[in-house]
Amino acid sequence: MSDAPILEASGLDLRFGAVPALDGVALGVWPGEVVAILGESGSGKTSLLRVLSGALAADAGEVLYRNAAGALVPVHAAGEAALRRLARTEWGFVHQNPRDGLRLGVSAGGNVGERLMAVGARHYGGIRAAAAEWLRRVEIDPARMDDLPRDFSGGMQQRLQIARTLVTRPRLVFMDEPTGGLDVSVQARLLDLIRALVADLGLAVLLVTHDIAVARLLAHRLVVMRRGRVVEHGLTDRVLDDPQHEYTQLLVSSVLAA
Amino acid sequence: MSAAPQDAAGGGTLAGYNFAYLDEDTKRMIRRALLKAVAIPGHQVPFGSREMPLPYGWGTGGIQVTASVIGPDDTLKVIDQGADDTTNAVSIRRFFGRVAGVATTERTAEATVIQTRHRIPETPLREGQILVYQVPMPEPLFRLEPRVAETRRLHALGDYGLMHVKLYEDIARRGEVTISYNYPVMVNGRYLMSPSPIPAFDNPKMDRMPALQLFGAGREKRIYAVPPYTAVRSLDFEDHPFRPNRADAACALCGSRDSYLDEVVTDDRGGRRFLCSDTDYCERRRAEQ
Ligand SMILES: Nc1ncnc2c1ncn2[C@@H]1O[C@H](COP(=O)(O)OP(=O)(O)OP(=O)(O)O)[C@@H](O)[C@H]1O
Ligand SMILES: [Mg+2]
Ligand SMILES: [Zn+2]
Repeated sequence: MSDAPILEASGLDLRFGAVPALDGVALGVWPGEVVAILGESGSGKTSLLRVLSGALAADAGEVLYRNAAGALVPVHAAGEAALRRLARTEWGFVHQNPRDGLRLGVSAGGNVGERLMAVGARHYGGIRAAAAEWLRRVEIDPARMDDLPRDFSGGMQQRLQIARTLVTRPRLVFMDEPTGGLDVSVQARLLDLIRALVADLGLAVLLVTHDIAVARLLAHRLVVMRRGRVVEHGLTDRVLDDPQHEYTQLLVSSVLAA
Repeated sequence: MSAAPQDAAGGGTLAGYNFAYLDEDTKRMIRRALLKAVAIPGHQVPFGSREMPLPYGWGTGGIQVTASVIGPDDTLKVIDQGADDTTNAVSIRRFFGRVAGVATTERTAEATVIQTRHRIPETPLREGQILVYQVPMPEPLFRLEPRVAETRRLHALGDYGLMHVKLYEDIARRGEVTISYNYPVMVNGRYLMSPSPIPAFDNPKMDRMPALQLFGAGREKRIYAVPPYTAVRSLDFEDHPFRPNRADAACALCGSRDSYLDEVVTDDRGGRRFLCSDTDYCERRRAEQ
């Protein structure tokens, strides 16, 4: 991990009517680090992820991204064209619902190839070779490359979404409950896969989850949210083994009790 | 565009009569859109399409463009699927003969303005000529992205990965790109453009064409243009290069092996032969033989 954060946010406020979805949130992510945003339903996790990636404007605060060239990009002032360019080159997104991250009517190979083509790949054979290689990496039989993901299982769809996202080697990946809708056994396999890929590629990841087990397995650091506020943050083991805030203590003990 | 100085000659105010049917304000508005279109090759410019005495689908976009650029000294040719003698071509030619009194021709080489549906003439066009395309659907992405606002955004950002996905899927499923009409092109390395439903065979003729190419979509209210000598590239992959397809046959009338052919059924026993779709080209060749 280098000295300078890849993403840094401060003073984020966001209200939906009377509901404070974000309340004075500050956060930093360093290159190669997995940060989990943990909290119960409605605590503001998705709102935070959307604000950090520029998809949603905050009422106050600033988000700075340090791009591959080392320049600081003010995410909310960069303009749509610059954000879209980032989204298809240096950033990646893995959605809870594969429908939001895949084209279900386009073959698995086409789904993986799309990001390559979006950044200028024009060699059909090369695109197919890269797609096959990435299907293999996410444990999908490359023989299924020309099949539609519509016919894939939920776990396969999620692995395909990961292949499609990682094929262009993003530097920072936003994941919102990537294992959310899956069976426990399928979840475990997917988590192992994500962990291996993230370590292999040295990705920085911002991961939203309400599942402490997911956070413990994947994250280097944790940010615990409650009602739009960060109530506790720190190294994952420290926060989970020795929670300081009573809300975190409650979260951890309810898992132990379960 | 040679029409501007001739407005005065056309009068435009003879009790209810307007040169080339459209009133002068409308023509000025369309010319402004055309100038913008020429300045940004391949970019779709909205215009206030007028009601024309023809239903949509009969080339009302092309007719409005032609009416805005044509002058009394012009010679007009109108083709439909390559032929000058179809109902559509004949009625548009008559229309302009009546409302603008311009000379008309069937000869590509003699025409200064050519309005076309579905073909580019085989005879190479030259500087000073204007080719006006009738366009039913100007948006090349419309089948892939139904949201109009989103297609605008994709054009603004030059984000055309989606079109390549379509080509990729074609090759993956059928071994080749299966688009034979309206094959998408990149104009001047910047804008993705629909060439209108011409056969892919005609696409290479658009590239660095010495004539001015104007496109009018009446129902969709869009105008776009390719100025002379502009690069027009058919999308493809390095290892699956674009190939303009043509029936592997010779014209039964003139023997051409270079022109685009129509397959014509000749009797009710399944007899068929291939003929040039460009009737003027075919006649010229036969006249020379
Ligand atoms: N578009 C919206 N309009 C109104 N209220 C919203 C909107 N989006 C979120 N909220 C509210 O903001 C708060 C934070 O929501 P958010 O979706 O960020 O929570 P979350 O932690 O992701 O929850 P979950 O675990 O259920 O996904 C909630 O009270 C939610 O109801
Ligand atoms: Mg959420
Ligand atoms: Zn012929």
